[in-house]
Amino acid sequence: MSAVNPIAFYIFAGVALAFSVMTVLRKNPVSSAFSLVLVFFSFAGIYAILGAHLIATLQVLVYAGAIMVLFVFVVMLLNSDSPSSDLRRTPALFRVAAALVCLALFVLFVRVFKNSPSMVPAGAFTAEAVDAAGGNTRVISELMFSEYVLPFELTSVLLLAGIVGAVALAKRHTVSGKSESKKGAVHVAGR
Amino acid sequence: MLPAVEPWVVLSFSAAIFFVGLFGLLVRRNLIIILMSIELMLNAVNLTYVTFSHQLSSMAGQMSVFFIITVAAAESAVGLGLVIALYRTLKTVDTDEITLLKD
Repeated sequence: MSAVNPIAFYIFAGVALAFSVMTVLRKNPVSSAFSLVLVFFSFAGIYAILGAHLIATLQVLVYAGAIMVLFVFVVMLLNSDSPSSDLRRTPALFRVAAALVCLALFVLFVRVFKNSPSMVPAGAFTAEAVDAAGGNTRVISELMFSEYVLPFELTSVLLLAGIVGAVALAKRHTVSGKSESKKGAVHVAGR
Repeated sequence: MLPAVEPWVVLSFSAAIFFVGLFGLLVRRNLIIILMSIELMLNAVNLTYVTFSHQLSSMAGQMSVFFIITVAAAESAVGLGLVIALYRTLKTVDTDEITLLKD
């Protein structure tokens, strides 16, 4: 990891950590959502530092763009931008226990990562090899349409199922009266 | 001068983000915030993949991240659709008040 710039990494990591804590602890869902945007942008920066340029772009496009727009829309739509005291209602003992468990698991993970041997055989895609082959995006694209073409096509099926599911869930069901449901049935049949 | 960034530092950082997300998932009662915590955890896992991909000079990790991002997009779309459907039925997004199967 000699190519990693420490100053840039620690800045991005600090921003991401601070704003992820804010995402979890803020009372107002809107400020949670905007803290989450900053976390996503910092992650994009870290991906770029690690040489994953296509992933960094996708992070900004999909997470900071599409998913965050969805979140902000839902927060505005449900008009739940007033501060909620749901964190206070969680029992204090449970809050402390959850924090302790998370902290203990984090320490365990750090110890495992620090003490694990790093003598792993290097693969074919070193930074120099990727640059010689035309860059990160080109290498990933070629892999995607050769070795990973089946998962790629299955992804399109998943996205289609996701679209249909989201529309079916969010559609307004007005089955309060008999006439209305009949009207709905006719409407469906008419399509 | 800052020390060089070893792989375990990046991995520990992603573990920290993951457990911040897990903490939010455990203590919050607002469904939207719970979904945001899940997104945080997914991002932490993605960073772990990219770090190992960098460390092992392999592209498999980055391909996995590509598919995880796609699945996360579909997941949040369906999840927020569920939140909207729940809000329409119960007028709340609080998990304490969603007791349809209890009463």
